[in-house]
Amino acid sequence: MKRRKFLQNTAAAGTILPITLGSHKLQAFGPNSMLGALAKAAAQTDRVLVIIQLNGGNDGLNTLIPLDQYSNLSKVRQNVLIGDTKVLKLNGKTGTGLHPAMTGMQSMYNEGLISAVQNVGYPNPNFSHFRSTDIWMSASDSNVLEPSGWMGRYLDQVFPGFPTGYPNAAMTDPLAIQIGAGVSLTFMGPDMNMAMAITDPSSFYNLVTGNTDSAPATPAGKELTYIRTIAQQTQEYGTVIKAAANTGKNLATYPSNNPLADQLKIVAKLIHGGLKTPVYMVSQGGYDTHSAQVDTADTTKGAHATLLQRLSDAIKVFQDDLKLLGIQDRVAGMTFSEFGRRVMSNFSNGTDHGAAAPLFVFGSSVNPGIIGNNPVIPSTVSVNDNVPMSYDFRQVYATVLKDWFGLNDSEVKSAMLGGTFQTLPIFKAGSTKLEDFADLLSRISLDDPYPNPASGSAQVRFYTDGGQVELRLFDTMGSLIRIVSQGKHRSGSHELRLDLNGLRPGNYFLQLAQGNQRVTKTLVVR
Amino acid sequence: MDRKEFLKSGFSKKAAAPRSTARSRRLLNTGLAAYQGTFGKAELQHLLRRTLFGVKKSELDALSSLSLSQVVDLLITPLATPPAPPVNNYNATYADPNVALGSTWVNAPYTDGTLNFHRTLSFKSWWISQMLDQQPNITEKMVLFWHNHFATEINTVQDARLSYHSNALLRKHALGNFKTLTRDITKDAAMLTYLNGYLNSKAAPDENYARELQELFTLGKGPDSKYTEDDVKAAARVLTGWRINRVGNPPPVYFDVTRHDTANKQFSSFFGNKVITGRNTSTAGDDELNDLLDMIFAQQEVAKYVCRRLYKFFVYYELTPEVETNVIAPLADIFRNNNYDIRPVLTALFNSEHFFDPLNRACYIKSPMDHLVGFSREWNLVYPSTANLDVQYGMWNTLRSFGQLLGQDLGDPPSVAGWPAYHQSPQFYELWINSDSYPKRNQFQDLLITTGYRIRTTTLLGDVYAMANQFANPSKADDLIDDSVAFLLALPIGTNTRATLKSILLPGGIPDFNWTDEWNNYKNNPSNTTYKTIIYAKLMAFYKAIMNLAEYQLA
Repeated sequence: MKRRKFLQNTAAAGTILPITLGSHKLQAFGPNSMLGALAKAAAQTDRVLVIIQLNGGNDGLNTLIPLDQYSNLSKVRQNVLIGDTKVLKLNGKTGTGLHPAMTGMQSMYNEGLISAVQNVGYPNPNFSHFRSTDIWMSASDSNVLEPSGWMGRYLDQVFPGFPTGYPNAAMTDPLAIQIGAGVSLTFMGPDMNMAMAITDPSSFYNLVTGNTDSAPATPAGKELTYIRTIAQQTQEYGTVIKAAANTGKNLATYPSNNPLADQLKIVAKLIHGGLKTPVYMVSQGGYDTHSAQVDTADTTKGAHATLLQRLSDAIKVFQDDLKLLGIQDRVAGMTFSEFGRRVMSNFSNGTDHGAAAPLFVFGSSVNPGIIGNNPVIPSTVSVNDNVPMSYDFRQVYATVLKDWFGLNDSEVKSAMLGGTFQTLPIFKAGSTKLEDFADLLSRISLDDPYPNPASGSAQVRFYTDGGQVELRLFDTMGSLIRIVSQGKHRSGSHELRLDLNGLRPGNYFLQLAQGNQRVTKTLVVR
Repeated sequence: MDRKEFLKSGFSKKAAAPRSTARSRRLLNTGLAAYQGTFGKAELQHLLRRTLFGVKKSELDALSSLSLSQVVDLLITPLATPPAPPVNNYNATYADPNVALGSTWVNAPYTDGTLNFHRTLSFKSWWISQMLDQQPNITEKMVLFWHNHFATEINTVQDARLSYHSNALLRKHALGNFKTLTRDITKDAAMLTYLNGYLNSKAAPDENYARELQELFTLGKGPDSKYTEDDVKAAARVLTGWRINRVGNPPPVYFDVTRHDTANKQFSSFFGNKVITGRNTSTAGDDELNDLLDMIFAQQEVAKYVCRRLYKFFVYYELTPEVETNVIAPLADIFRNNNYDIRPVLTALFNSEHFFDPLNRACYIKSPMDHLVGFSREWNLVYPSTANLDVQYGMWNTLRSFGQLLGQDLGDPPSVAGWPAYHQSPQFYELWINSDSYPKRNQFQDLLITTGYRIRTTTLLGDVYAMANQFANPSKADDLIDDSVAFLLALPIGTNTRATLKSILLPGGIPDFNWTDEWNNYKNNPSNTTYKTIIYAKLMAFYKAIMNLAEYQLA
């Protein structure tokens, strides 16, 4: 029984709860309480997720590079485009490669340690850094302000009632650790943020704790208790973190002048040092490359190249370290950025805020490969055009929760705010098999709409081998503007008339989705 | 500037699922009736802690003979003159081709981004200095309130001159009329830049400002705020045509009727199906803006929304149904009846029994600015004089950067919604305190009363002896504890804490006269380093211990 449930049931039975104000004061529940036992039972795995936030919006088109779109890309982003011969090759992939600075991740991919997901985003993209970051962290719909975070809700299921009774015998360690100055919305639970922010694991400023004078039963007392709780936990968790940092080792040689590598080095050391913390978050800033994304003389150099090199080097050395330390099978990593960047570059050798972009999951437990197809770049692109999403980021989250942390479907649904998101074949032992999914198996196809360009209406024909099919229409900003058709279809060809009345002239994307397969075509409305 | 750092689409504000059984409500029924209880030292401190950034002992002494209404009147009286603008303090680092050292840059040419960077720090440092030098007057708190309300980010505006003039506008109207302020901020160059208003034209309408005007600035997203997406679009059309002339110094705002949508604008039934008549004259922009604001401000919800925000900023974040009925509704009536003048609202609130309700005291977690500026003021820190602008601004900037570390970079709130601690359910002010920021708060105050913060030959230091010496009987340990705690903490301490504090002054339970002797020895022989060392070591530990209590974070 979850704490919330327990409280509701108790209240329903007419019992007066032994609390006055604030959830932080449920001090009757000690380490040996039922809650502690619950937490122990719920801590199912020793698996660790490391979330790498790329702040500012990463240019996906110059990261996981769609070589088969170069003829159209070269028309609209020539000044930032990487020469196709310089793009790093990936085993078994001719149409897709990596930015030349990403040699570390290239070798990881070729060794089978990376699962890349194409065109990850959400239906109605928001182009504000803050809003879009909040959407990713809360896993809400883009028009909903959700105060809790996806990991906070997950951790609340495993460790109910936090912070009351924590740390305890079953969970001595922080529930989540964020390397840096603040704690992100990702870890916000129902009442309180679940993460501990640290900048240096070997040094903690001593805080006054253990005050034996009780707090008054007033709002002042509630806030006092909150601050004392933070002090207490900072102090207690600080001790275990320091101990783990002393015990833990790094066996790989981390590069200098790479702040992300510095952070991951701490994470590897803490995991090896025995911390039971299931989630870590690190970050790398600077991806907001409106200008000077590339050097004018050499597009393989510049600010973005430096960032991607650090990202790639840091992930590679971290993975090497995990292997040397013998803990690689327990750890998976995941990148995310609040959005990708605009298809058309701007005159100052940079790119503006965009929509969907690739996302990387790495580790020895992932299904190696690329999920999804390259983004489709229309032959004419205007200034506001974006890459539309193929996969909702919450499909990645749902996959992590189900296939990595072992939640059941209803728990995943609850952590995803009641939404159901189809999982992806990211993990080897996952619920979705790669065989069901391989893009070699052409289970669906979509013809070019006719006529194209069209006005008034267009004919659309697609093929399916049978099942639940969705036909989606995106505008060039990447917004899902209409679900054209949705439902079970028999095996065979299907045709429908797409009503274009009310659509502004311009480029659109028509996307056919069945299971995890996606086919996208462009449609020009006159 | 092609800027998309704004909130593009609208939100539906999802209520936090409250753990209602866990978070029980404050049951308080006090309202706006005038407070009739004792207005003693504790009440004066409560009032000043909420309306100023920290309180000086000299301010408490000076105001202690006044009545509550006299103090409130003093606090809300607008300042006679605006402060002198920020100046070039950066010339040694980066020469300003148009502005001499010590002269102001706020109306000088932009030149380049590096110069703008230095000006930005100059502006932010200057703002900190306004807080540090505040009179017993609510103006600085109100400037922060409006900055959080009509939030813009210097990082996005990218022209320190615009941000300075925007700040000057907030100062000008800080205790003035909310409707006038809303009108002026709509045409403010920093705001037009920040929310892309200057790009909003008939051919390419930009809904950004029109949305925030309703969602964040006037109506809010409460259950009774029922404007529609079409109202956002219609308001955007009303607001088309405003431009910024980037070559001006500072760049002036002007109205370009050729970019203005001259057709009529239809609003929803929430606004009584109002039609704003389209105009094509040179004053069309102002005329239609006035119509728009008349229409919005005719809604009951505007006054309620702003009063709720004032309440959260000055009283507490929890708006119970009783507070809605007994405080927000009558306060909103006052606001409306006074044609949106802000001072009658503040007068009523700060004179009310509700404000002095015991349940509303000491429950406010200090913002980083409360913490940092408040510390500086209560410790009478002596900031460098204008003789060395570099060091003077440097010290102010140091305080600013501490604010950034603690989560409040003045002038750069995280979004157009302001700092989450002022609005984000369920934690509100608690968001200021986490495992990283709380130790840093303690580190700051510990540093400032021990070794101090040094820039070249100038050290910023809180003098622990001077702190103790301003109380009536510092040579009596019990009196020193009582007076220090009452001055620095908003709520009383328990017996165990008191015993701990006393053991610092009198270790091992030695009799009280030992402290009296030590105090008098130093007082009578201030040049004796042995005596000085003893007194300073004990007082540093003593004040460190007081301020390291969780109680110190509350106001």
